[in-house]
Amino acid sequence: MDTVSNNAQPPAQKKGPTFWQRLAGFFTDIYKIHLFIIRFFKEAFLPPYEFKEIVRQCYEVGVRSFTLISVTGFIVGFIFTKQSRPSLASFGANSWLPSLVSIAIMRALAPLVTALIASGKVGSSIGAELGSMRVTEQIDAMEVSGTNPFKFLVCTRVLATTLTIPILATYTAFIGLLGGYLNVATNEGISYTAFVQQFFQPLMFLDFTASLIKSVVFGFTIGIVGCYQGYYSSEGTEGVGKAANGAVVTAMFLVFIEEIIIVQITSNFR
Amino acid sequence: MEKEKANIDYNKTVISIRGLEKAFEDFAVLRGIDLDLHQGENLVVLGRSGSGKSVLIKLISGLLKPDKGTIEVLGNDVCCLTEKQLRELRIKMGFSFQSSALYDSMTVRKNLEFPLVRNRTNISRKEIDIAVETVLDAVGLSQTINQMPAELSGGQRKRIGIARTLILNPEIMLYDEPTAGLDPITCTEINDLINEVQQRYHTSSIIITHDLTCAKTTGDRIAMLIEGKFQRVGTFEEVFDTNDKRIKPFFDYNFTQ
Repeated sequence: MDTVSNNAQPPAQKKGPTFWQRLAGFFTDIYKIHLFIIRFFKEAFLPPYEFKEIVRQCYEVGVRSFTLISVTGFIVGFIFTKQSRPSLASFGANSWLPSLVSIAIMRALAPLVTALIASGKVGSSIGAELGSMRVTEQIDAMEVSGTNPFKFLVCTRVLATTLTIPILATYTAFIGLLGGYLNVATNEGISYTAFVQQFFQPLMFLDFTASLIKSVVFGFTIGIVGCYQGYYSSEGTEGVGKAANGAVVTAMFLVFIEEIIIVQITSNFR
Repeated sequence: MEKEKANIDYNKTVISIRGLEKAFEDFAVLRGIDLDLHQGENLVVLGRSGSGKSVLIKLISGLLKPDKGTIEVLGNDVCCLTEKQLRELRIKMGFSFQSSALYDSMTVRKNLEFPLVRNRTNISRKEIDIAVETVLDAVGLSQTINQMPAELSGGQRKRIGIARTLILNPEIMLYDEPTAGLDPITCTEINDLINEVQQRYHTSSIIITHDLTCAKTTGDRIAMLIEGKFQRVGTFEEVFDTNDKRIKPFFDYNFTQ
């Protein structure tokens, strides 16, 4: 009969990185991201330009997120209006509902919801695509065939997200407005013209500008984070998964941080 | 396949490597490599897995930077070139990857067109089509022109990978494990293709492999990479005419088992 030796030791567990190693890794990553961003600005605006690929990528980004953004934008507008009604009704201020919806959608919800959806849909897709290209040596193949893969893969995708996310955010605002109107119309019986009039009344030029700037920044962030994670993904299929996951998590986190910063800055101009 | 003599200066050195060293963290992969590749020559680099063979050709193509030493390709020191100069030099070097590295979102036609379209600005559609058809014909896969890489077999992917490098008429070919993971018949076809490429395109090649049949069939010269250095360089017979315990088992395993 086999007996378990009293001297049997559990297998030695591999030690993970120490706190200082992690901290050093964090700062190394920050440094590498900065270099990546600097390289983007160096290469994106110098010839030869990849117009055809940028247009293709814009189409990809737009099409990939269109359905999801349409549904989400509508639901956000509808639900926000529905949830805000009781609070306003308690003050007898139901007529302010379109104004409230417009401020919420234009100033915060449309750019934020679009950015979050795009982080999940586009960011992960970019991260996985470039990660997979890195793992299967397709990026190296581009490099050795005399093509600049950074310009062709990274610059085009970052420019595409930077250009397309503001368009998608505007579309989300429009769809959110429809959702809000549908809710208001069924409950208060207001006409579409009156709703639109009240929707735009409280909005200032600054609101549109801030929303646009925010979307541009969010789009750039989603593109650059997705590309960075994919372009420098580690070897193996695990690396592709990590790249996709890292692209989503990091982009979403940065989008919220940027939202706070931009809101703080724009509130100084009101 | 008998190699026909073309208008080639066999004494001219196209790649010259001196004192090349490369380490990854604490592990020294290459420990002082000296190598000359002559024009029109097929040089096979043999070695066990993890011996640094692929690292060597990645250093030659500038995908990796050496820790020490010099690599001269067609008279240019690879380590001292700017990005733009390196890109121009790479057009003269074809690199066939172990994994074939075909762009999986593009058809075979688009894969082959890609290097051409990006490196020849004033090329017409007709010229592109002719170039694509010529290289596809050279690798015997004309019928696959509209297929996606996922629809091809391993051997076909290797051939298309080679065709993609040939489309730019390179002077040097770098093959990374061209027969890895293929059945013996497909291996023979790939070996023949490597010889055919040398004859037809007059290329000088470095072939990385651990397959002795591939080495024997394609190599004019063999360089045996062991412990980060070339232990023996010469013809196939010269390299394996030894009792060196690090080399002999390699031969015995491949040809006696």
